[in-house]
Amino acid sequence: MNLNDTDFELFGVPATFAQERPALDARWKDLQREAHPDRFAAQGPAAQRLAMQWSVRINEAYQRLKDPVRRAAYLCELHGAPVDAERNTAMPPAFLMQQMEWREALDEAESPEAVTRLREEVDAGRASALSSLGALIDGQGDHPAAAQQVRALMFIERFAQDVEDRADRLGQ
Amino acid sequence: MALLQISEPGQAPDPHQRRVAIGIDLGTTHSLVAAVRNGVAECLPDAQGRVILPSAVRYLAGDRRQIGHDALAARAEDPTNTITSVKRLMGRGAADIAHREAMPYRLSDAGGMLKVLTVAGEKSPVEVSAEILATLRYRAEDTFDDDALHGAVITVPAYFDEGQRQATKDAAQLAGLNVLRLISEPTAAAIAYGLDNASEGVYAVYDLGGGTFDISILRLAQGVFEVIATGGDSALGGDDYDHVLAGLALERLGRQARTDNDRAALLVAARAAKEALSDATSATFAARLANEDVRVDLSRDDFEAATKALTERTIVAVRKALRDARLTTEDLQGTVLVGGATRMPQVRAAVAAFFGRAPLTDLNPDEVVALGAAIQADQLAGNGGADDLLLLDVIPLSLGIETMGGLVERIVPRNQTIPTAMAQDFTTYQDGQTALALHVVQGERDLVADCRSLARFTLRGIPPMAAGAARVRVTFTVDADGLLSVAAREQGSGVEASVAVKPSYGLSDDQIATMLQDSFATAQQDMRSRALVEARVDAERMLIATRGALDADGDLLEAGERGAVERLLEALDVARADSTDAAAIEAATKALADGTEAFAAQRMNRGIARALAGRKLESL
Repeated sequence: MNLNDTDFELFGVPATFAQERPALDARWKDLQREAHPDRFAAQGPAAQRLAMQWSVRINEAYQRLKDPVRRAAYLCELHGAPVDAERNTAMPPAFLMQQMEWREALDEAESPEAVTRLREEVDAGRASALSSLGALIDGQGDHPAAAQQVRALMFIERFAQDVEDRADRLGQ
Repeated sequence: MALLQISEPGQAPDPHQRRVAIGIDLGTTHSLVAAVRNGVAECLPDAQGRVILPSAVRYLAGDRRQIGHDALAARAEDPTNTITSVKRLMGRGAADIAHREAMPYRLSDAGGMLKVLTVAGEKSPVEVSAEILATLRYRAEDTFDDDALHGAVITVPAYFDEGQRQATKDAAQLAGLNVLRLISEPTAAAIAYGLDNASEGVYAVYDLGGGTFDISILRLAQGVFEVIATGGDSALGGDDYDHVLAGLALERLGRQARTDNDRAALLVAARAAKEALSDATSATFAARLANEDVRVDLSRDDFEAATKALTERTIVAVRKALRDARLTTEDLQGTVLVGGATRMPQVRAAVAAFFGRAPLTDLNPDEVVALGAAIQADQLAGNGGADDLLLLDVIPLSLGIETMGGLVERIVPRNQTIPTAMAQDFTTYQDGQTALALHVVQGERDLVADCRSLARFTLRGIPPMAAGAARVRVTFTVDADGLLSVAAREQGSGVEASVAVKPSYGLSDDQIATMLQDSFATAQQDMRSRALVEARVDAERMLIATRGALDADGDLLEAGERGAVERLLEALDVARADSTDAAAIEAATKALADGTEAFAAQRMNRGIARALAGRKLESL
């Protein structure tokens, strides 16, 4: 066991897109029980430093594993198809059209009900993109195509955040 | 015949090995200290049997001061030298303070943190808080008849930012306390509740104190307290209800407050009327203004109507925290009320209406935070058993870096579990640029101007390159206290710079050292004997920990390695027993710490492997 093991090795779970969330949660807590700095509060600065490194590493892995989009991006990277979202911004026209429609709907959403409707639509879009991601990674092993799908999901997530911000402003 | 005593395996047989650690609730209106005694957490009383220490400090001429009840009693007669609600000034600048005009004392804001002008000179909120903490420390030392406390857990509002946390830690240091951990108030309350009721599931802790409001959503499972989301307002509390009530009374009376004495008298009367209105539907507001007794009857309905907006602000924050947690009120097992201000019926009603169930109030809302802190302190001191608790807390506000155009690039999002380290790459803006100015900020807004500035530092020595060619990795590390350090490294050349974030409103180490020297009754002799006691306690701690480690995992060491550790142990044991030189004992402690670092790493690996193996066996 060392700090450079993959997230999957650290958590002792198969390196697949499909994961059981309760199992990840339970393992995260078990690992933190062993490694959290509070466990070493009485053991001097060297132990504290090490515990901090491990605890940080465990939290990093957990954040990546529990978030399906980040988990998929990580699997793509491990299989030599990095998502590279900054440089690779080409998206299919149909997807861009849908994004534009959503943006317009958000600009016009002035009531809590309109925001809720839009949120439901975005959630459905995300769910279907995630299920196709599962098929691409675990089923076909097509990591370059999966990387493309991850980029699409990153757009969707950013938009979902904007929807939440609007909900905030409407005091929902 | 006396029976011989045999201790349970793994438990400390000698009561002297049990380390005394305390929990302190440093509150806006009052503060408490608690400790675990005979397995039960309890608040420690003063000589008169009172557990609550009003958070009030009165400065008198001739370097004298009154703290607590005596200071509070003098509030109306000596308002400019009697400081209350100092927590609202912690880590704050002039622009942050609401109701400044209604405060009865004079503030100076010559840059950095606000200070209060008193008869004894300028006092920073950190110094005032240190007086309160020191008073509680003495109380604990008297209680345990022990000259060296192992350390303290101090609570802060969950919504405290970096500057406010750092200021609190500075105050504790100034009061001579070894801070084991800063934990958030709602989390502390959850510990006290959770352990009492053996609860499992998701809970909301609604904590409305004297000057701060926190909402935390926590998941409790098998002794793990996981904070899922937190929110609040670090400038909203019972004090604000007092201000509104005082304003309402003035309006009814057709009067104005003209002097500091008037302002102090108004706030005292408002607090009394507010408390009376929690039990009765009307109350008499009585104060002495401009040497004249005035009174007016106020109804609870009037009070509730006037403060509706304040209560509503808390509910907006609750809604936002739930959304951050991606939960609805149906997902919750219960709601816990903490803080004296939750005694107000309108607050209870608003919380019950929002969550659709009556909140839990069976623990004393004044004491519950200190009790939880004491339980955590006892754990951190190593007194806990195997079924001990673990806190997984979050940072309340996002952390980021200023980028071109005064925009914020978020690096650590709010509600991230700590400790954490997160990094992002940045690049240069101009050809040949050899330095990068980094501005660290905290807050949720997109513009730097709307966020709190925490620190600035510069990365120099970047080799000249075309604009955009350099790769500067900026890493934010937040420790388990929620305190931040930032490092920047240019990946190609390896040049580095870093800063432990001491927010602009915090105190520099030099300032703290100076204050420690000038400070309350800490004569040189005291300092020296205290240093020796602390060095011995540290040495003792290290000896016990290392011997425990050898017993548990000694098989990881080769015979030669074990011999080396044994020699270091022996040397420290001798130094601790024989030396009166704190530095010599510290050196021997450090030698043992350094000499066992590799061993500690091996033990950690074994622990992780064991955690994994445990899961695998279980899932077979």
